[in-house]
Amino acid sequence: MSRTWAFLSNYLIYSAMAVYTLSFFAHAVETAWAVKIPDEAAPKTLDYKRTEKVARIATAMMILGFLLLLAGVIARGVSAGRVPWGNMYEFSITGALAFSGAYLAALRKYDLRWLGLLVSTAVLLTLGTAVAVLYRPSAPLVPALKSTWLVIHVSAAIISGGVFLLANTIAAAYLYLDSMESKGERTAWAKRLPSLEYLDQLSYRLVAFVFPLWTFAVIAGAIWAESAWGRYWGWDPKETWAFITWVAYAAYLHARVTIGWRGRRAAWLCLFAGSTFLFNYIYVNIWGTGKHTYSGL
Amino acid sequence: MNQELQIPELGAIGLLRYAWRQLTSMRTALILLMLLGVAAIPGSLIPQRTQNPMAVSAAFKSSPGLSRMMDRFSLFDVYGSPWFSAIYILLFISLIGCVFPRTIEHFHASRALPPNTPKNLNRMESYSTWPAAGNELELARAWFKKNRFRVLEKDSSISAEKGFLRETGNLFFHLALILILLGISFSSLFGMRGEAILNVGERFVNTPTSYDSLSYGKLFKDGKLVNFIMTIDKFEAKYNVVTNAPEDYILNVTLRRGDLVTSEKHVIKVNSPLTLGSTKIYLQANGYSPVVTVRDSAGNVAMQGPIPFLPQDANLRSTGAIKVPDADPQVGFVGSFVPTYGRSKGGGAVSVFPDALDPRLLLSAWSGDLGLDSGTPQSVYRIDTSSMKEIGLKSLKPGEIFTYAGGAITFEGYVQWVNLQIVDDPGKNYALLGAIVAILGLLASLFTRRRRIWIRAGEVVEVAGLAKNAAPGLEEEIANFVQYLKGEK
Repeated sequence: MSRTWAFLSNYLIYSAMAVYTLSFFAHAVETAWAVKIPDEAAPKTLDYKRTEKVARIATAMMILGFLLLLAGVIARGVSAGRVPWGNMYEFSITGALAFSGAYLAALRKYDLRWLGLLVSTAVLLTLGTAVAVLYRPSAPLVPALKSTWLVIHVSAAIISGGVFLLANTIAAAYLYLDSMESKGERTAWAKRLPSLEYLDQLSYRLVAFVFPLWTFAVIAGAIWAESAWGRYWGWDPKETWAFITWVAYAAYLHARVTIGWRGRRAAWLCLFAGSTFLFNYIYVNIWGTGKHTYSGL
Repeated sequence: MNQELQIPELGAIGLLRYAWRQLTSMRTALILLMLLGVAAIPGSLIPQRTQNPMAVSAAFKSSPGLSRMMDRFSLFDVYGSPWFSAIYILLFISLIGCVFPRTIEHFHASRALPPNTPKNLNRMESYSTWPAAGNELELARAWFKKNRFRVLEKDSSISAEKGFLRETGNLFFHLALILILLGISFSSLFGMRGEAILNVGERFVNTPTSYDSLSYGKLFKDGKLVNFIMTIDKFEAKYNVVTNAPEDYILNVTLRRGDLVTSEKHVIKVNSPLTLGSTKIYLQANGYSPVVTVRDSAGNVAMQGPIPFLPQDANLRSTGAIKVPDADPQVGFVGSFVPTYGRSKGGGAVSVFPDALDPRLLLSAWSGDLGLDSGTPQSVYRIDTSSMKEIGLKSLKPGEIFTYAGGAITFEGYVQWVNLQIVDDPGKNYALLGAIVAILGLLASLFTRRRRIWIRAGEVVEVAGLAKNAAPGLEEEIANFVQYLKGEK
């Protein structure tokens, strides 16, 4: 029974990857095949009408991929009879799910379709690594993970991570466009992307929105650590880096709200904070020592 | 030299005031905050004494010079080091210096009335105007009351303000951080933490001598150790037969507390410690203790009992030492216990499963001076064989005997041991309370909008607003307000 579910989960995740690949190509086509409008007044303007259909397909594929991945993650959980957060493979597929979910949620409210190419690339790379390198057979949890706090702590951490990385992607786009603008005009392709100010505000809003959730994830982890390990804070490498991420985002929020940092400096600080999160996920999980060694590698 | 610079005298108090102002400035606070993040990094990359003492002593062995140098800068104790403490103490002083004046200010501000309606409303945000119908001020009064604005009415205009919760939340968040720090300090002064390795069947009496390691807070009193005796009845470890990973650890104990007359049965598991008041008992680790009997050549028992061995890998291959100081000459065994015997490609003994399905005890026997009287403390899991001679090597199944020159050792079997951690952490509830308040304060401060809305009614009605922070939503709110005033809603 559990085997059937594990196989089903694998097939769903392969299908999700195929669909994300379609989405990736549709986004690429949309980005590349818009044509120049023969307009003397605005020689660098592109005509996006021709690629509109492809753009809609790209988003539709992204949604379908998200749903398949969601089903794959759930099937993985069913196969093991628990939440699917027991090792690095499972963290990665859930992380990819959270990232594309954060993108789709933000897409409903903001004009973010241009980011789809980057998002589908990142999701494909994450899923590819998960399937090729990190895959482990479905198995029950080790005793330390058997707790309701697993659901609370890890889901909060993964959702925060997805939104942090989205904010990071936008901050990176900001820096790229900013350097383009400081050299002159935006290229035709980049002209359709939102204004610098919009990107600046958007990445701030995403961070401000999810910072309380990250705070909660850290505190939930501390409460869990108290019941599993006898102390709520022990400067374990994972805890230390969660703290560093928290401090970095706190500094980012203070720099913006209190001192009034905007633009390039704020974007760099946002990127730094996000990279501490990634470092924690990749380095500490795989090469780090300490108590959070659940990668299964 | 006669053209000395004329610097105005600051004086001691002036200097102090200057330093205080610098320290409590937002810029300094931000630098300290970032510094705290950066200062936390080395402790996650360099092994720390409190987390990984073995790795620290290994570092001292492999490169003593560098390690001593690093130790001088507390790099093996980053989170207790003077420089790390200096950063967070300065940060908290800065925070207090910032938050307390703001709290007082906010307290006064929240009781004050909103300022007068500005003369030129058309310079404000979301300005709109239309011919008056006459009842707008009345409607506005009702709307402001319903939406709980604080209002100042003057000269047929109303100035309304809302969103003080933002600053309240912000202040509570920062005050809660101070509470968390106080909770942590309280624990480190009044708490205790100890560990003990116990074989199944053994009894633990909660006195300082029963612990393998024990640390107190500076103000913890010995007599405060909870009075109890605990017997380790049974320990069960369940493993997955496919992945060899542990699935469950269950520890059964009998506890007699206080009066020591009534006894109660308890189950301790990894995520469910046993709670005795503010003291908790945690199941931390487990392993195997081979049970041996050592006899001298005359057949007299020189040593008998279970000896805890330390697990070396996921399949619980465990190593340890059996020391027989009473034999003459002294005898010691360097041992390796495998719960389920298998052979590696190289021919060495390995464990292929963590449960004891086919246990073996591999011993090398040494004769000579164990070095126990040298005065330097020794590990019970190791033997210093520098002044000893190897006299034999043997692999034993349970019940088998290994005879060597001068005696014999019987491998009787094994028992399991558990490592219990006993903790009294009286400050953690304050830290938890602080954490909860911090999150609520954070939510309030990030999601509340502070804004003002004005209305002036004469021949025409004028409405405008001002968002005190860049948070969106004012435009929509004023649109609703205007619709309400026009009777469209």
